[in-house]
Amino acid sequence: MPTVKFIEFNGTEHNVEANNGESIMVAATSNLIPGIDADCGGECSCATCHVLIDAEWRAKLEPSTDTEESMLDLNPDRTEDSRLSCQIIVSDAIEGIKINLPEFQY
Amino acid sequence: MSEAVQLERNPYATPLEEFDVSDAKLFLENTHWGYFERLRKEDPVHYCKDSMFGPYWSITKFNDIMEIEKNHEVFSSEGGITLADRPSDFNTVNFISLDPPRHDIQRKAVTGVVAPMNLAKLEPIIRARAAQILDQLPIGEVFNWVEEVSIELTTQMLAILFDFPFEDRRKLTYWSDMATSGELNGGPTPEADRRAALLECLEVFTGLWNERVHRDPAEAIDLITMMAHNPHTQDMDPMEYLGNLILLIVGGNDTTRNSISGGVYFMHQFPEEFEKVKNDRSLIPAMVPEIIRYQTPLAYMRRRATQDYEIRGKTIKEGDKVAMWYVSANRDEEVIDHPDQFIIDRKRPRHHMSFGFGIHRCMGNRLAEMQLRIIWEEILKRFDHIEVTGEPERIQSSFVKGYATLNTIIHAK
Repeated sequence: MPTVKFIEFNGTEHNVEANNGESIMVAATSNLIPGIDADCGGECSCATCHVLIDAEWRAKLEPSTDTEESMLDLNPDRTEDSRLSCQIIVSDAIEGIKINLPEFQY
Repeated sequence: MSEAVQLERNPYATPLEEFDVSDAKLFLENTHWGYFERLRKEDPVHYCKDSMFGPYWSITKFNDIMEIEKNHEVFSSEGGITLADRPSDFNTVNFISLDPPRHDIQRKAVTGVVAPMNLAKLEPIIRARAAQILDQLPIGEVFNWVEEVSIELTTQMLAILFDFPFEDRRKLTYWSDMATSGELNGGPTPEADRRAALLECLEVFTGLWNERVHRDPAEAIDLITMMAHNPHTQDMDPMEYLGNLILLIVGGNDTTRNSISGGVYFMHQFPEEFEKVKNDRSLIPAMVPEIIRYQTPLAYMRRRATQDYEIRGKTIKEGDKVAMWYVSANRDEEVIDHPDQFIIDRKRPRHHMSFGFGIHRCMGNRLAEMQLRIIWEEILKRFDHIEVTGEPERIQSSFVKGYATLNTIIHAK
């Protein structure tokens, strides 16, 4: 069970034991991490599970799909660190990943 | 309702191939539910071969709609979001009826007005307006909640977002109503009257545009200044400006208006739910999305297939019109537990279809939720309960699902 570190916008940290194969979004919502809404339930179609991941960790992830890009593009606060957490699957390869939460979801 | 109408409207006595759920009368009479229930069970991807809008497909299950919403390359929004085709000589194009990349560019030009930072600034203003409206209401007397509260609050809100002359704000309501009640969409307003009203809207807003061009965009946060200064929208032609105005006026007006009225009606229908929130106001944030689900202020959105597409064993042909019935998805028992029940403390209240999903998902969803949250917080501070004194009178439209009147009596604490 890899550990995922969620960091709220105000700096509060939460270390969560996540299950291999589930999404980061599910790891967050099933552990009641504040700041992830996930209205659509993991369909990559609402962009309310927006997270920020720095370059070092992003390099270890599968790149985003066109669908994810088109949803991220709707967010004016998007940065190069932006990803949708429902599209990132937990695995041993990302043990200890740091996930920064934005101030707001749109 | 008369017995004759009930007999005439028995969805299980009508052959499926004769179903036309786009008929605005079903919504006026509130008799659409049974038709959608039968479609979900027996023919969830349904072809209507003839209607006032011509042939069209109906998608009625939650997950099927999600599939189509996500596939915006096959299911295009170009040409409009209602089943009626826009007249070519009055083509009010806007970003909800565009595909990427133009959609994304225009939407981004105005998203800032509903950005969370801006909503935080708007909250005290909306609360003050809501308080003022509620404090003026009669106690113990019958009045039309739609007119006195729902329309007034959403119109004031819209006037703030546009920085529209406050004393003329009811013009916004009028244009919004004219835009959505046209005969081409099955409503009561003659097409010539609709166009005349919208041209008046364009004229007034062109005057505002010409004034806002000189405003400093860093200082002003209203929608017109945003559009007049954004390089992607500043050169819009008049019909495109009008199209986007209608989108923002209707989007910010009708939908929230009818959800405010709907909430009052549902609390009356489900008094045990009202008791819950009365005793625990921390339930309001979860109650709000449930009101929006239960109301479903826009009954559907339309797409057009750009290629043949197979779904549930049927082939939607290139060029076919497709109606995604949000009103049906929000009652889909496979996705929502006890969907016909209004339950204010659901586990995942935001998992509903009212805002749509995918790239056209409602831009103002958080603003709508905030307005509803504020009005309910202020209602519960002031009143014991709101009695509904009769069945509401509904609007004749299969697109805008709403109320013309909702007679109520406020009971003091």
